[in-house]
Amino acid sequence: MTAPRDKLGRPVVVVTGMGIMTSLGAGKADNWAKLVAGESGIRTITRFPVDGLKTTMAGTVDFVSVDPFSSTGLSERMAELVTEEALAQAGIGAKADFPGPLFLAVAPVEVEWPQRRELGRAVGAPDFNYDDLLRISGGGKYSAYHHRFMFGSVAAYLAETFGTKGSPISLSTACASGATSIQLGVEAIRRGETDAALCVATDGTVNPEALVRFSLLSALSTQNDPPQAASRPFSKNRDGFVMAEGAGALVLESYEAAVARGAKILGVIAGCGELTDSFHRTRSSPDGKPIIGCMNKTLADAGMTPDQIDHINAHGTATPENDKMEFNTTSAVFGELAQKIPVTSNKSMVGHTISAAGAVEAIFSLLTLEHQRIPPTINYETPDPTILFNVVGNTARDARVTAVMSNSFGFGGQNASLILTREPA
Amino acid sequence: MTDTSATKPDQTEVWITGIGLATSLGEGLDANWAALQEKRINVDEKGFAPYIVHPLMPVTFDSQIPKKGDQRQMEAWQRIGTYAAGLALDSAGIKGNKDILSKIDMVVAAGGGERDLNVDTGVLTAEAKGANAPGFLNERLMSDLRPTLFLAQLSNLLAGNIAIVHGLGGTSRTFMGEEVAGADAARIALSRIASGESDIALVGGSHNGERKDLLVLYEFGDFNLKDKFAPVWARKDHPGFALGSAGAFLVLESRAHAEARGAKPFAKLSSVVADLARRKQSGDMTATLEQLWAKLPKREGKGAIISGATGAEPATSEERGFLKAHADFPVRSTGTMFGHTMETQFPLGIALAALSISRGALFPPNDSTGTEIEMQGAPTQIVVVGAGHWRGEGMALVEAVS
Repeated sequence: MTAPRDKLGRPVVVVTGMGIMTSLGAGKADNWAKLVAGESGIRTITRFPVDGLKTTMAGTVDFVSVDPFSSTGLSERMAELVTEEALAQAGIGAKADFPGPLFLAVAPVEVEWPQRRELGRAVGAPDFNYDDLLRISGGGKYSAYHHRFMFGSVAAYLAETFGTKGSPISLSTACASGATSIQLGVEAIRRGETDAALCVATDGTVNPEALVRFSLLSALSTQNDPPQAASRPFSKNRDGFVMAEGAGALVLESYEAAVARGAKILGVIAGCGELTDSFHRTRSSPDGKPIIGCMNKTLADAGMTPDQIDHINAHGTATPENDKMEFNTTSAVFGELAQKIPVTSNKSMVGHTISAAGAVEAIFSLLTLEHQRIPPTINYETPDPTILFNVVGNTARDARVTAVMSNSFGFGGQNASLILTREPA
Repeated sequence: MTDTSATKPDQTEVWITGIGLATSLGEGLDANWAALQEKRINVDEKGFAPYIVHPLMPVTFDSQIPKKGDQRQMEAWQRIGTYAAGLALDSAGIKGNKDILSKIDMVVAAGGGERDLNVDTGVLTAEAKGANAPGFLNERLMSDLRPTLFLAQLSNLLAGNIAIVHGLGGTSRTFMGEEVAGADAARIALSRIASGESDIALVGGSHNGERKDLLVLYEFGDFNLKDKFAPVWARKDHPGFALGSAGAFLVLESRAHAEARGAKPFAKLSSVVADLARRKQSGDMTATLEQLWAKLPKREGKGAIISGATGAEPATSEERGFLKAHADFPVRSTGTMFGHTMETQFPLGIALAALSISRGALFPPNDSTGTEIEMQGAPTQIVVVGAGHWRGEGMALVEAVS
């Protein structure tokens, strides 16, 4: 077998367990079947009234019940379910005794409208101010809301449930969060701090204010009818991303530890890279240099050259700016190969799972490697003539795939890329 | 098992070469040090009565955030942090140094979510008066929320603003999770430098304690200090924390990188460890702190402890139990002097430890219970303790450079 260390002498990091949940369904089997069939998980929102909203559809996860409902509660429950799936596959550790740290990508936590409204009603007067809300918040009646709306609450729950070791890290790098959680796990294993890491990313924040926030930034598609056709990555008539919910969990291990315990290796995290863009809060530097640098760093981290990448799992949000920028920067890095390498955007079907996207798409990339089949980019009816990607349009494509680059770019200048391979190099 | 300690014998020494502070006691190292010497505490007992907060000593944001447009894009917590980050870069002598700033790794501990109270109250009072159309909330939010408010709320936009304003182009990671996020930020940055993954990092956090929406959140758990200020250790019968406003940032750097550019260290950051006590039973948290203490490198020098204890119970009593077992170490409470600055408390603790070591004296005690004792001579090793009011425990060892 291959060496347990990579070209730079670091422990090779492999994936031995994966769990996933999106608007398409729960679990790898269901998600993969629907993904390669070109099904969309985007639907008209039924969780709350959509009157007065410009965007009325999303990729909600409606089949998981949480009571009392909160976005953070849904994020937590999805994270728990995908972690169970990943741990069952990995067969690592013992029940509630995972032998490594937790890195959790989670949407920023805040008190939500149902709870705020409960407080408003509890004041019991038609006129009041914030001091009146404050006056009735104490006394223990709402102590559960304190725990629920701590930023660290989801990680603390997962750490206690699955017995991860040390201080669990909750992180946000906006739309790159899922990739960052994987990167933190990879680094911890490479440094030799641990043989295993649990990397989880979750986002259940389709709620009125979250939709309004993105809407006010003109980031969302408003092609509400039919909702399945809203997310149109790389199309000329794309008009924004579609908010979505989902979660992904990966058990990472050093190759050596995985082999020693006879674990099945599902893939390799061959490279990680990140680079900050200091140009603007929501827009990429027009020259694309930070994204180009991010991809180059990732290739260097993997010890690979562009010609060794045979598939790109694009960030592909379907915002006018992102997709164009992604093509231009990919072209800068890959040259003419950018027009030859098959490219797809899972977001055409599952929408943009925001904090979870990096992990969800890493898992889809690993499933692509496993099945040697690239899921399609649906709604690809009118290609943008300026985006000359070899888009896997509308129907899945069988292909020889040995190495996938998965990209994630987020607000706040966050850029992160991963390279996933089937076997250690 | 996972060893979260970042120090191994063969690893690179990591120096603290820059400190930026903007707190309720003032801006910059001299102002904060002077206030600590004079035992000066800045609390506002009236503005948020009955709650007590430590308000930010006003600063001229223009000096670190020259563009008004940038300032407008931020809420107070981000402005405070971006300001303090600029002070840290100045302190390290790397402000505007494009070569270094283009590769610096940023690890920020952040909360977020600063609300527009007028919008929130407007919706709730309209509903109390009978507004109940299905789309009422949607319509009000669509018309009343400022489009850029979201960016002022997003946790990772503190790092984003720092990158934009100060021109940082390396990497950027934001950790959330209240107090321990500050310890984890320092822990990961230290691990990356110590292992050679990184040469230099900007680490820290910022907090605006003058926020009623935060008071509501902590009031849910009855954590706010009310009515009368008392030092943290004297709150046992009247527990709670007084939120504080502060930004605290550190420049961490490998010794080789610092020496190559002629940078002088305040101190070295030898180890950062963290854990999550289950806190199911009395003594759980004390035991976890004891385990973290045991994980730190051996302490043979003149030691002290800088604690971020909040004043909330039962965490503060648990920590006092730990401190009692190490009663020979002089203790100082940042909570007493600066209030509780949540994610920022741990970086603030490291900053004060490094400052004390570099100035050759621990700042004086300010406590009526006897927990804090006088210290003679210069400290060479200071342990920073950060135990969250609800979850999470962190510890760091800051040492004099030999």
